[in-house]
Amino acid sequence: MEHIIKNGFVYCPQNGVDGEKMDICIKDGKIVEQVSSDANVIDASGQIVMPGGIDPHTHIAGAKVNVGRMYRPEDSKRDVEAGQSGGRAGSGFSVPSTFMTGQRYAQMGYTTAMEAAMPPLLARHTHEEFHDTPIIDHAAYPLFGNNWFVMEYLKDGDIDGCAAYASWLLKATKGYTIKIVNPGGTEAWAWGGNVHGIHDPTPYFDIESFDIIRGLAEVNEMLGLPHAIHLHCNDLGHPGNFETTLASFDVPKGIKANPQTGSRDAVLYATHVQFHSYGGTSWRDVVSEAPTVADYINKNDHIVFDVGQVTLDETTTMTADGPMEFDLHSLNGLKWANCDVELETGSGLVPFIYAARAPVPALQWAVGMELFLLTKDAAKVCLTTDSPNAGPFTRYPRVISWLMSNKARKDLIDGELHKWAQRKSTIATIDREYSFLEIAQITRSTPAKVLGLSDTKGHLGVGADADVAIYNFNPETQDPSADYRTLESAMQHAAYVFKDGQIVVKDGAVTNPTLRGRSYWVDTSVDETIYNEVVANVEKTFKQFYSVNFANYPVQDEYLPHSAPIKGVMQ
Amino acid sequence: MITLTPKEQPEVPLEIDTITPDALAGKTLDEIKNIPIWHGNGQVPLIDFFEVEGEAGATAAETKILIDGDVSQTKRIGQGMTAGEITVKGSVNNYVGAEMEGGLITVEGDAKGWAGQNMKGGELEILGDAGDYVGASYRGDWRGMSGGKITIHGNAKSEIAEYMNGGKLIVKGDVSIMPGIHMNNGVLIIEGNVIARAGGEMAGGTIVIKGIIDEFLAGFEYLGVEKDIEVEGEVIPGAFYKFKGDYAIKGASGIIYAAVAGNAHIAP
Repeated sequence: MEHIIKNGFVYCPQNGVDGEKMDICIKDGKIVEQVSSDANVIDASGQIVMPGGIDPHTHIAGAKVNVGRMYRPEDSKRDVEAGQSGGRAGSGFSVPSTFMTGQRYAQMGYTTAMEAAMPPLLARHTHEEFHDTPIIDHAAYPLFGNNWFVMEYLKDGDIDGCAAYASWLLKATKGYTIKIVNPGGTEAWAWGGNVHGIHDPTPYFDIESFDIIRGLAEVNEMLGLPHAIHLHCNDLGHPGNFETTLASFDVPKGIKANPQTGSRDAVLYATHVQFHSYGGTSWRDVVSEAPTVADYINKNDHIVFDVGQVTLDETTTMTADGPMEFDLHSLNGLKWANCDVELETGSGLVPFIYAARAPVPALQWAVGMELFLLTKDAAKVCLTTDSPNAGPFTRYPRVISWLMSNKARKDLIDGELHKWAQRKSTIATIDREYSFLEIAQITRSTPAKVLGLSDTKGHLGVGADADVAIYNFNPETQDPSADYRTLESAMQHAAYVFKDGQIVVKDGAVTNPTLRGRSYWVDTSVDETIYNEVVANVEKTFKQFYSVNFANYPVQDEYLPHSAPIKGVMQ
Repeated sequence: MITLTPKEQPEVPLEIDTITPDALAGKTLDEIKNIPIWHGNGQVPLIDFFEVEGEAGATAAETKILIDGDVSQTKRIGQGMTAGEITVKGSVNNYVGAEMEGGLITVEGDAKGWAGQNMKGGELEILGDAGDYVGASYRGDWRGMSGGKITIHGNAKSEIAEYMNGGKLIVKGDVSIMPGIHMNNGVLIIEGNVIARAGGEMAGGTIVIKGIIDEFLAGFEYLGVEKDIEVEGEVIPGAFYKFKGDYAIKGASGIIYAAVAGNAHIAP
């Protein structure tokens, strides 16, 4: 099937297209130079055309997401929808059901979303949920930062062994990248504690966060992985944590990026930095240190980050950072779920109400906005809400309206937002407004590049996957700054969305809910002798400590009917 | 007044949250007959299961609905109503008066579970017995009934006033276990007996029990005997043991008054 999207205002940062009127041709699921006269014509005049959106960090599939669904029936009740175009019905405001997750991403013009925390032992469950998440391409990030094998190899200084283990684990779990959450801290939580800062050794393994981050960053580049190490720093959500954050950012500096696919040049991807940019010593004297953190990012090129913008909603927090969730539960008293995943990681969940009228959420909102607005280069920042932690992904259009409209921010700041936002941050003094091109960067080209997917994703050049979003907003006649509410609703319900050349959304409604996206994972090859030694060691440890058999651990190919392996190679 | 006469009560229950004074106000009889109601997983017009007669008022407050018969297979009667009146001549199923914000519902028979769930205002009166979770919160929610008044003239079952946050719930008869569990505010008055675990994990609010408590929880501090207690401006005559707790919850300040008569076994 051929399509031609005519006369839209095209925004494609990777190819330097900034709102020019041009036609986009689609054939056999790809963007092509031209199509025949039989092509289906989509008239996009007066509308915005962008590549499909890419979410580099979200929580949409797997065990803890499902606990969120199970233990918050009141969240399910809040948002219920009937099936669209023969698709499945769904429910859940902050933790939508799988079907609704895929559909709602598609409705916003997003065509790729990455599950940011997969306990390796529970990989099969994660892939099962992907199977029921329609439309979007996806991948999952297995957790490495508190893994016993990783800590032992790195403690012994055996980088080759650690790399071989990482190669095996990525294959066994069909995982995409090296995810590190509160390195050493979640293991310490299994002993009832936490670690603070990057030089606080974890119990028993006696290894510092510094060594875990540095070692895994080296492993990442040895394996030639498409994405950089994906780091959730220590001390999340604690006043005064910005020093730990900046120290962590410095750890992988100097390592050379070595992706075997794509064109990534950063060696560190830091996630939900909003939660890591606080000054002060307690919740009483807390202040925003976002300007300091943004300054570091402006001066350093080895890092790309996402914000984790607070959306001022009632939501569900969920993370592999187990001790942090206990702290949060102690703070707000709401129901807490906790889980330990043997030898690998842990997790926790707590509902959270980011009330605009409350001081801390108002400040957190301001910190996120400062990070967006003070980071000069949109090639370094990705739009996320760490969904659903700082707010559900369905609020991305609202975040975009805040970024594009100083008036939207002012209306909020002068309205119900608690005065802490002004008193403890610089947000009220910043009048920068994002352009549509910059929005396309932080939601398309920047995540595509840092994920190593920029050959086929995040742009509309010839050869790219035909993932295209068309929004009913005219940049020539409409002003996103003045008319930010119209902008939000245009971005919430795209006029058209194409996924791999097929129309999946029309007039904001899902038209093709049975389509399934591809499952990306990384298939690396390493030195065979080391690999075999490592696998033998892993097998021995399984017999001693794991509750499952070694042979039953790896995710079978059958779990990925739309498998899309990306090759890496050991240097 | 609109009179709904049930034709038959199907085995698969009906849900009629679309039939409130708010929804009927200003509508013609024909429009009302065709309002969709849920029957299982499908919708049918009201007229399929009810004869409809009379006339609706211009506003919700001026609209009265009489359900003239037994509707024990009908759920969500008066759900979310803000004004007006509903009278049911028989028994009802689950969720009568759930999320109601104002007006009056009178059930002359019995009610099943979740009567007055997450109620915000208005008055719900059940002349017979009620099931579990009267005046409780929606499953999973920690914000339950916040206002209004529920009166059960008969008995009620377990976990009534769960996560209650405000308003008043009176049970004239006996209740089963865990009345006022997780209660945070409001008043629960039980005139009959309680089997066990009254006020479990309550953090605030007041429970008055005039009957006998078989088993009392250990997490309460005994504060002595009070006579003719005053609860939110109303004097309740008699002598009561006063307890504070449940100290299973940090900083809890819930109060339980238990009648001295018959409860010597729970006093220290």
